[in-house]
Formats: sequence, structure tokens, C-alpha cells
Amino acid sequence: MTAAPLSGPLTGRARADRRPHSLAEWQADGGHAALGLARQQPPAAIVDMVAAAALNGRGGAGFPAAQKWRFMPAPGTIPGDGPSYLIVNGDEMEPGAFKDRLFLEALPHLVIEGAMIAAHAMHASEIIILVRDAYRIGIHAMEQAIAEVDAAGLTGRNLKIRVHASAGRYIVGEETALIEALEGKRAVPRKRPPFPAQSGLWGRPTTVNNVETIANIPGIVANGPDWFRGLSRTAEGGTKLFGVSGRVHKPQLIEAPMGTTARELIDRCGGVSGTGELLAFQPGGGASGFLGPEHLDLPLDFANVADAGSMFGTGTLIVLDTGTCPIGVIARHMRFYARESCGWCTPCREGLPWVAHIVDGLEAGTAKTADLDILHMTAGEAGPRGRSFCDLMGGAMAPLATGLHRFERQFADHAAHGCRA
Amino acid sequence: MSLPEPLTVMITHAIASHGGPRGAILEALRMVQHAEGWVSDERVADIAALTGMTTAEIDNLATFYSHIFRKPVGRHLVMFCDGASCWMNGGDKVAEAVKARLGIGFGETTADGRFTLLNTCCVGGCDHAPAAVTGRNRRLVGPLRADTLDGLLT
Amino acid sequence: MTVRLTIDGRQVEAQEGEDLLTACTNAGVEVPHFCWHRAMGSIGACRLCAVKVRRHEADPGTIEMACMIPVADGQHIDIADPEAAAFRGHVIEWLMRNHPHDCAVCEEGGDCRLQDMTIASGHHLRRAGPDKRIHRNQYLGPLITHEMNRCIACYRCTRFYRGVAGGRDLDVFGAHDRVYFGRAEDGVLESPFAGNLAEICPTGVFNDRGWSKVYARPWDMLETPSVCPHCAVGCNIGLSVRANRLRRVISRSHPAINADFLCDRGRYGPLFIEGPSALKAARHHGHAVPLRTALDQAQEAIAVSAALGGAIGIGSPRASLEANYALRRLVGPEHFFAGLDAAEVALHRRLAAHLANASIASLADIAAADAILVLGEDLTGTAPMAALAVRQASRAAERALAAEKHVPAFLDNAVRVAGEGRRAPLVLVTPVPDALDAIATHPLRRAPADIAGFGHAIAAALAGKRADPDASAAAAALAAASAPVIIAGAGLGDPAVLDAAAAIATALNPRARLALFPAEANSLGLALLGGEGLEAAADVPGRGAVVVLENDLHSRCDPATIARLFADRAVIALDCVETATTAIAHTVVPVASFADAAGTCINHEGRAQRTIAARPDSAPAAWRVLAAFGGGAEAGLDDLQVALARDCPQFAAIAAAAPAASYRTPSGRIARAPARFSGRTASDSAGGDAAPPRDPDSPFSWTMEGGALPAELFQGVRILAAAALPPPAQAPAIGGAGLILIPLHDPFSVSETDRASTILAARAPGPQLRLHPADAARLKLAEGAIVSVEGRTVPLVLDKHIPIGHAGLTTRRTTPRRLMPEGSK
Ligand SMILES: Cc1cc2nc3c(=O)[nH]c(=O)nc-3n(C[C@H](O)[C@H](O)[C@H](O)COP(=O)(O)O)c2cc1C
Ligand code: SF4
Ligand code: FES
Repeated sequence: MTAAPLSGPLTGRARADRRPHSLAEWQADGGHAALGLARQQPPAAIVDMVAAAALNGRGGAGFPAAQKWRFMPAPGTIPGDGPSYLIVNGDEMEPGAFKDRLFLEALPHLVIEGAMIAAHAMHASEIIILVRDAYRIGIHAMEQAIAEVDAAGLTGRNLKIRVHASAGRYIVGEETALIEALEGKRAVPRKRPPFPAQSGLWGRPTTVNNVETIANIPGIVANGPDWFRGLSRTAEGGTKLFGVSGRVHKPQLIEAPMGTTARELIDRCGGVSGTGELLAFQPGGGASGFLGPEHLDLPLDFANVADAGSMFGTGTLIVLDTGTCPIGVIARHMRFYARESCGWCTPCREGLPWVAHIVDGLEAGTAKTADLDILHMTAGEAGPRGRSFCDLMGGAMAPLATGLHRFERQFADHAAHGCRA
Repeated sequence: MSLPEPLTVMITHAIASHGGPRGAILEALRMVQHAEGWVSDERVADIAALTGMTTAEIDNLATFYSHIFRKPVGRHLVMFCDGASCWMNGGDKVAEAVKARLGIGFGETTADGRFTLLNTCCVGGCDHAPAAVTGRNRRLVGPLRADTLDGLLT
Repeated sequence: MTVRLTIDGRQVEAQEGEDLLTACTNAGVEVPHFCWHRAMGSIGACRLCAVKVRRHEADPGTIEMACMIPVADGQHIDIADPEAAAFRGHVIEWLMRNHPHDCAVCEEGGDCRLQDMTIASGHHLRRAGPDKRIHRNQYLGPLITHEMNRCIACYRCTRFYRGVAGGRDLDVFGAHDRVYFGRAEDGVLESPFAGNLAEICPTGVFNDRGWSKVYARPWDMLETPSVCPHCAVGCNIGLSVRANRLRRVISRSHPAINADFLCDRGRYGPLFIEGPSALKAARHHGHAVPLRTALDQAQEAIAVSAALGGAIGIGSPRASLEANYALRRLVGPEHFFAGLDAAEVALHRRLAAHLANASIASLADIAAADAILVLGEDLTGTAPMAALAVRQASRAAERALAAEKHVPAFLDNAVRVAGEGRRAPLVLVTPVPDALDAIATHPLRRAPADIAGFGHAIAAALAGKRADPDASAAAAALAAASAPVIIAGAGLGDPAVLDAAAAIATALNPRARLALFPAEANSLGLALLGGEGLEAAADVPGRGAVVVLENDLHSRCDPATIARLFADRAVIALDCVETATTAIAHTVVPVASFADAAGTCINHEGRAQRTIAARPDSAPAAWRVLAAFGGGAEAGLDDLQVALARDCPQFAAIAAAAPAASYRTPSGRIARAPARFSGRTASDSAGGDAAPPRDPDSPFSWTMEGGALPAELFQGVRILAAAALPPPAQAPAIGGAGLILIPLHDPFSVSETDRASTILAARAPGPQLRLHPADAARLKLAEGAIVSVEGRTVPLVLDKHIPIGHAGLTTRRTTPRRLMPEGSK
């Protein structure tokens, strides 16, 4: 199975058949050179460089990477004893997200190089790459690449790297739940503060970064922050590995500058399929609010999408044509999030299945108009940040809340007649 | 039947490399499942004995994580994505066709023990929607079509 | 440092480092909550404690969970804020979606936090459809019921059971809206603290199975404060009575003893008074007689004793101080004996003397310790709640590291993580594996005879002398602590162990505290009262009557001593349960149990604590009977205490243990109203309460009318005064043949009263003999064999943890000795 070929400074080296490079092949292509450069500099210099590059985390929240790294204490400045950790988050279970798979399967050495540089910059002595269980090819590729750099002595004296396969559950992707999972516990998120840098894995300083975030590091170190910022059309540095799926002719991954518009991305996918007319799109995976045709020319980055009332999230667009029932899309999302709730806090554990049940009922024609009140209530009460324990519930409420607004007519119609699509 | 020697060795090794018995339980569950396809009550007890944990503590994890199977599964595991992108592209029609062909529903195993069907969240194959993952290596297949299921079911 | 907050417009002060929910609670303002618990901190799961928090007056504020936010100066907390109240209402609506609405048949009804919060939040109209999640329930043993469908997933049960009590067979399973709290499979909950689940659960998932059979509505029961009679800790309990029957036992908070919890022995033990072996009817020469007849016969026998060398009184460590005193006064001090063998008498005198000279550790002190040495004592068996306190102390190191990382102490899970698994030093020296081994930093095994020596080696190491590596390590850990506690007790019957523990505490002066656990609820009171051992009683010449007070002598000494003691004497037994002694006594007089009589016991701290009669119209108090035999004219307990203080000045302070019967609140007597008092008493299958009887011994009313219990007046009073230290004890020479005894203690079964509680007996494993397989082979005994030892027949269990040459035996009498087990035919 082959995917559309990629081009761009971040993913251009990926082969069309996604076969990973061996260490020798990677080095022949200039790989791992940035690692050597980075190690000649003090950690703080690398952090400054990443800060100047304006690299925002690609895991969903868009938090500036350098700022997160700065929380990591230098060795000897923290109580307790043990290592400090960098965890590379390759859980990728967000509906509509399929971008990290590429790095893990096709560019494992890029991820490892980035992780080793990042570990140097943040004083981490152990790197754990967490990959979802279903990405077995990626797991294998990462393990292979680690074995190679280990054998070649690239890891250095005090750095340990290993891959950890998740045992399944979307919530494992939430950084503190991920840490719990690594400690052999249920993946129930932790309260922040204390932040992982203060007390993370086994109580030790820890930073969690997305695979794509980490994959951007070698380029920044090799080419400098100005180059990286120059790749972008907005204030947020770099290119982004977008993904477009749903109702487009050729769903695919596209590396493009930050600030690329949905119109350009959809065009590169051959346009909207089905009716050929756009109903709406989610700009950042299942947990992002719906945007509409009026947002086709919005330069997509974290700040702009947030201003438009949605979330850039994973940067993976889910496209709906006018022939698609938006209630059906929302129903799939609600079922998913209800099933994936960790069961810790009340609004998510009890509120989501109720919503999922009602939206299913709307589709089946068994719901009542009064049930819409429950949907509005849940989106309004449980959506805002801090109402539930972690951001899963808030994320799940984004498509519901924006959908209730944008598809008000369809909701009312479904309450009266069920789905007529 | 008690835990086979190779598994004992691997789990003991995992205890050493994952920060102690607790950190190794998920690894142990995955190793057992990889070797035997699922995790039986007996294996839960074996892992408990080997790691010094209680069966409750093992099951606490085994019942939380969705890709640990506490019931036997068929030789071929087919996990259908029921995410929105796949649904928009006809995922449910493919799923219905597969169910009809095998005569089982999601969460079930064919009588001959060959196939187990599961629905699962987004499998990271939205560019191949409708998609599924199958087999021991969780091979991604798609775009699937209701009329050409042979690639999936062989 | 204190900070100033405004709670719903009211200015209050709070301590820095507290969470808002704690601050509000301390200020007397209730914030709705489920998952927060003052003994277990905050976890933020239920989301019910939502309040509006404004950082300053003009701040529009945000909705926050009060349990997750630290207090800060100038904060405004609006609990009544409409947005917060609406959110709390929806949390209830979500929780009630799957709740079975079975309140009418739920034993939690009326005492249910979920019910209260549901009403309080105004959730009257159900909007969710009829479909509900259904769980299968489990059999969890004889103590606790399980109804998972009522669960609201507050995680309190697993947090208590695992996090506080160290149990590992209860856990949470599954995910999303199907989380399940239970065991891996049906079966008896292993922890001896499982009964707390019934109190901890905010709704009716876990309920008291023992209480079930005699169930009455929580608001219909009269509640009397009392003190647990099942070990020397003396936990404070509440006894709930309806229609003259004991219906349940709940934990009553005492800041120095049991703050929030209770052990299962204490919770279910008192049900002995409702059990089949409760002694209710008087007997004379084996025939049931009216109480009056038995009393007359007894008095007659005592009267004629004067001419036969005088009557003998056998006291009891399970009876109140007043009862023992009344007996002593009746027979005279020379003829009053302690009801224990001579060795146990000496042991407890020594224990009392050491305590009198020590800085005594309460359970609260133990829980706050930063290093602990347990010398020889199986605490979980002998003083279960002390073991629970040790478990809290072991988390001190983790709390300290978390604080260094600036993790707020109230965030329980975060503290556990930030603590990196550190444990405060716990040096645990016992002859066999111990329930506390898992948290001990130094789990050490020594044969019983070597434990005192090991303790002295620690004391020597503390004095800078050379010692073996284990002793040196223990000494170093204790020396480095700022608040170490040394714990020992009567569990091995060895006074030398007490000496060693005291020597270590002395070497660590003034930082260290000492806790020495006597064998029984009033062992210390009896030791302070005086009286020699049973051997001496048997040596008394003459043929006067022998009066045995609440004591089964068969578990105290060998049968020959009893035979000598009883020979040619009229035997009068006063008790509240049937025992082997009441079975052979000539005259049997039923007396009130601890639950039915006012009286005083002295706990391990030397704290005098008062029980109050909880049931009207039961048998008379033993002290009243005995005082009457001697012609004593006291009208009530307070008068008897005056006489006691005059005769035995060491007890002068006990009157301050609780208010006198004449005490009145501004609204009169103290009401026996339960916390859930409704003012509306239904007539139900439990029946109504009869006309109120009199209670001359306490200031409590027999109705729900009256003032609130002034808790500060019921905290008991420490009575130990410094005394001369006795010379060091000799290590008991136990020559002869046979295997050396290791007394085995069981958290569920110790005395004849525990065993008389059918519910507790169903949980206890029963008596047994444990031998090392090598010894068993030498004696030609196989696993499971029925073995005869000291006149009892018990099953044999092979156990490689029993040191060779020793025999573990469940026995009440801990006096060091040798056993000669024989295969029984
Ligand atoms: C419910 C939930 C699921 C998440 N899943 C993922 C995931 O699969 N992969 C990921 O990188 N981040 C995921 N995140 C975000 C992480 O918590 C974290 O912010 C991210 O890994 C940080 O990486 P970055 O700073 O490089 O963006 C998830 C967050 C939430 C609330
Ligand atoms: S919102 Fe609550 S229940 Fe949902 S995943 Fe987060 S912590 Fe778990
Ligand atoms: S008490 Fe605060 S969330 Fe439960």
C-alpha cells in the first residue's frame, strides 16, 4: 500500500512506500549531523534556538516547545533521586489524525535524532517513545532505529532510549495519563500543577512532546531559527504536516507552511467529493469545533483557528460535504469519546454516554425535542475548561457545541423526524 | 499449565527494565497476549504470582486497556475503524458486509475460531478510509469496499 | 501562615497550604462533595465541589473545584453563586442517571450523602430515559454487602482500602461509564479494616451485613457514645440502639485515637451482646432461676465465706475499673486477684511502670511519627488501629519529598507520585511474617527469645556501642528522626521486650515517644488496681466462695490451677457471655455488658475513658451487683467513683473522663439523637422504643430530646503518674521439653466476647497450631492433623516461617512457655 508522495523540509525524505532508512542510509543523507552540532552547545543555547524558531507543540494544544523545556530543572537542582525523562508521544488516536504514523514508520531516525537533541536541551537522561499498539510497523521501525544508534554509539554514555507500546485507549495520549500508563497504572490523568517537569514519571522531571514536534528539532538546529520561521506564512514557525480526510477525492497527508488555508489543502486533495460542495470542516481532528465555508481562506495556525472559535489541534482536517449528515458525524464522535472516557470524573463518565445516546437517538428517530436541552446543557456545562478533570471532555464537547449552533436546523429536524439523509 | 519459560524470562526482564513489577505489568500482559492471542484468568494469576501483585491489581489494568483481550479471539483479528472519516466514506456498509459474510457481529468470533471482529476508534488510516487493521502486525487495509472483501478476509 | 478569605461574604481565616474545601469545612461552611475526605485528601473526581473563585473583590471569577485549589490571601469563594450551583446540580443529574433509585429498600437511606446532595441540589425531575447500566454484585464475605448499581464512582472505597489500609484485593476495573469497584472474583474481603467501606461509601454500595439483620432507619436509632472493649487502644465508637437492641456500631472521632476509622473487630465485636452466647438468664446449680434468686444465693454464699477463710474475688481485664474495684472492696485487697496468671500480672505491672515514666505515644502521635520501631508486636493482630496509624506514618517520607517539590499536601495522588515511593523508616522485628512487612523498611525476623536482646542492641548502638548490622541500621534510622515512636506490647508475653523498648526510648530522649500495648481493654486499669495472679489465688487456704468477674479462667491458666482454685468453694460467676467458666460455676449472675453499663477503662496511653449504657432495661451493671453484695449504698457510678478515688488515689482523676450524671447542657440532658435525627419516629418492624427508663449513671436522656453531645468533655483523661521503675526483668526461663510458644494473634478473634459475635466469628479463621514442617515431621504430625495441646484440640498448619523449635498457637495466654503437641485420637 502506498500513500501520496510527500515533499517539504520535514517529511520530504520519507519514501513513497514508507520503508524506513537504515542508519547508514540516513547518515549518508546528512542525518544525525544536527545531533553532533547540538551536543557541542550548552543545553540553554538549543532551547533559545527553539524559542527563536517559534515552534509550537504539534500534539494539540500548540504550547511553545521551548517554554515547556525551560521548566525542566538542571540536574542537581531538584529533590529526590533518579533520571529525568523525555517522553515522545506517538499515541495518535484522535479521530481523523494519521500524521504521526508517517514519522514513526518512515522517518524513525528523524524522530530519534530530534529526541536526542531535545533530551540534551532539557537535561533528560531517558527517552521513552510511546506508540499506540496498532502502529506495530512504527513500533518495529523505531525499535530497529534505536538498536542502530545504540550500536553505533550515538546515544552517548548516559542516555537511554526505549519504545513503549500502549495497551490501547485514547486517553493514553493525554500527557499525564500517559505517564500513569508508563507507571503501570490506569491511564487516568493527573492534576496539574504539579506539572510533569516538577513531578512526572515516577515523580521525576518529565516532558512530553508530540512526535511531530520532536521531528522538527533537527531541522531547526541544522538550519537555524530564521530558516524555520521563514518556512511559515504566520508568526508560528515551520511547516505543518496536515492531514485531510473525510469527503475529499484524495485524502492524504500534506506538508505545507503554517498558515496554509483549508481551500488550498482541499484543492490539493482533488476537491470536495460527493456533492462537491463543502458543508463544514473540523480543522484539528475530532475534538475541534466545526468551521464552515466562510473559513476556507483562514490561514491555519493555532492562533488563527482559536480566534475563529475552533482548535488547530492535530492539524488534521475532517471534511464534510453537503451530502453528509452532520448529526451522523457528531454521533460517531460522541460514541468514540464516551467509549474512551477514562471513567474518573463525573461530567465525562456520565455526561458523555448520555449525549451519545441522545445523538444516536436523533439519528434513529427515537429522540425528542426536549432531549436537545440535554445536549445544550452538557455542551454548556461540561465544555468549558476546568469543569471536567482533563481536556478530553472539553474536546469532545467542541464538535457538539459548534454543531448545535451551526447545524441547528438539522438538529431540530432530526428531533422531529430522525435522519432523512 | 503454568507460564511457559520464555514468557517467564521476558517478563522477568521487563520487571528489571521498566522500573519494577508495576511498570512491567502492561508489558507482561502484552507479551502474554502476543504469545497466546488473549489473556486468560490463568495467565492473570501467573502474572500476579510472578510480579508479586494481586489478581485484582492485574485485572485493574487488563480491564482498563482496550487492546488487552480477556476473552479468546480468533486467529485473524479484524479491527474496523468506526471513526467519522471512515463512516463518511461508507465504513458502516463495509462493516455490515463483513458481518453478513462471517455471520458474526462486533466483539464476536466465528464458530471455527478463525475470525474475530472488533470495532475500534480511528486507526490512523483516514487517508485510506474506510480502513481496518488486521492480523498480528496490525496491517492497515483500505480503502475497503463492500464488494471486494477478499483482501481483508484472507 | 494564616490567610484571609471571604466565603459567601463572610470573612474567615485559613491555613496556607490548605485546599478551599478544607478551609470552608473548618469555617463551618459545608461545600457539597463526594470524593474529598478529610483523612484522604483531594482527588478531583466527582466535580461536585464546584464553587466560584474570585481572586479579589472585583474579579469576575471562575468555576473551580474547591478541593483542588489552594487557599490564597484575599480570595473570595462563592458557594451560593448561581453558575456554581447550577453546575453542581448537573453533576448530581449525571450521577443519578444510572443510580437505581432504590432508596426505600436501601439501608443507606436517610444516612446517604447522595440522597442529601440530590435533594440539596434541587434535582427532583429526572430527564434521563429509563435505561440504566446494570452491574453484577459480588459476595464480599460476612461483613460487607455489595450493590454496585448504586455506585457513583467517587473512588473512596479503593482509596481507603488500598491507600489507607494497605489491602490489595479490592480494586477498580473497567473504564468509562462501566467502572466497577470490587474484587477480581467473589470472595471475602481480606483486610481487617473492610468494615470502614460501609462508612466511607457516600451511598449504599457497601453496607454493614452485620447491621442488616437488625436494621433500623438511621434517624430512628438512639445513639450513645461508647468505647470499644476489644483491645487496649480504646477506640471511640457510637452505639446505635432501637427498641432495646444494638443495631450498629460506628466510628466516633477522637482526635488522639481513632480519628475517622475503626477496625472490624471493633465494628462487629460488640454484636456479641446480640449473639446466641450472650448470657441473659441467671442459673443456680445448672437450673435457670430468677435473677433475684441467683443474687440471693450469691450473697448468701459470700456471707458464709467469712467463717470459711473469706471469699476470693477474681477480677478481669475486660471488666470496668468500677466493677473490679467493687469486687476488690467486697472481698478485701488481700483476697482480690487479677484473673491472670502470675506472669501476665507481672508483665502488665511492668508495662504500666514503663508507661508511667515515658512520653507516651497516642495513635495520633504514631500516625505523625517519622520513624517507627515495632519490637515483637503483631500490631495488626493485637491493636489493629495502631497498625493503621503505623501505615499513615510510613508515608511521612513521601510527604516530605513531595513538599520539597512544592506539591500541595492535599493532592493525595500527586503526593504519592512526587514521593517517589519513599517510606519512612519502619523497623519491624517479629518472630513470624507480619501484615506490616510490605511497608517496613527493615522487616526483621527474630525468635521470641532474641527480640529483647535485639532491642537492647539497638539501645546500645544508640549509645555509641558496637552492634550487629541490623541493630546499627535500626539505630541510625531512629536517631535521624525528629519524632520517632517505639512500639512494643504484651503480645509475646515477654517483659524483657518492654524493658528493651523503654531503653531505646530513653536512649532517644527527649524526641522519642513510647507506645506499649497491653493485652486487653482494661489490662492497664487492672494492673494499676493491683491483685496477684491466679496461682496465688489457688494457694489461698479455706473454703470461702470465689467470685469470678467477667472472665473465662480457662483461657488464663492451666486446668490444674482452676481445679485447685475452685475445689470445695462455691463458685459465683458474673458475666455477659457464656464461657467455660460460667458453664461450671454454681451460681451464674448475668451482668450488663460494656454497652449496657457505665464504667471506666484505661487504654494503652493510660487514658481513662467512660462507657455509657446504651440499652435501657438490660441486666444490672456488675459494679452495682457487687457493691450491693458488700452493702455498698452508692446510688450511681459517680458515687462509686468517689469511693474508688478514696481507696485507690491513683484513680482520683477518672471522674474527669466524662461529665457526671448531674451535668446538664443548656437544653437539659444530652440527647441520644443520632446525627440523622429526624424528629419523626416511625413505627416499623423494628418496633418502637418503650417508655424511657432511668439512667442514674450518665447525663444522657433516653430520648432524642436534649442538648448536643459536648464532645470535648468526652475525650477521657490521662491518669498515669510517674512511678518508680521496677528492676529489669529477667528473660523468662522456660526450661523443660517441648516447643517454645509463639502466640498467634488474629485481628478478628481474641477473647470470648469477640468469639461470641457470630458475625466476627464467621470472619475469623479459628484456632490453629502452626509448626515448621521439620518439627511436624519429627513429631510425626501431618498438615491438617487435629492436635491436642494444653488441653485444646486444634488443627495443625505447616508453616516454614515458624522458626524450628517453636510452635505458633492462637492463644489468649501469652506467657512464655513450652508446648507438647500430640496427635489427637
Ligand atoms: C484526551 C487527550 C488526548 C491526547 N492525545 C494525544 C496524542 O495522541 N498525541 C499527542 O501527541 N498528544 C495528545 N494529547 C496532548 C498531550 O496531552 C500533550 O499536550 C502533547 O503530547 C504535548 O506535546 P507538544 O507539546 O509537543 O504538543 C492529548 C490530549 C488530550 C487531552
Ligand atoms: S474528562 Fe474526566 S473521565 Fe474524561 S478522560 Fe478526562 S479525567 Fe477521565
Ligand atoms: S470533592 Fe472536589 S471533586 Fe470531589
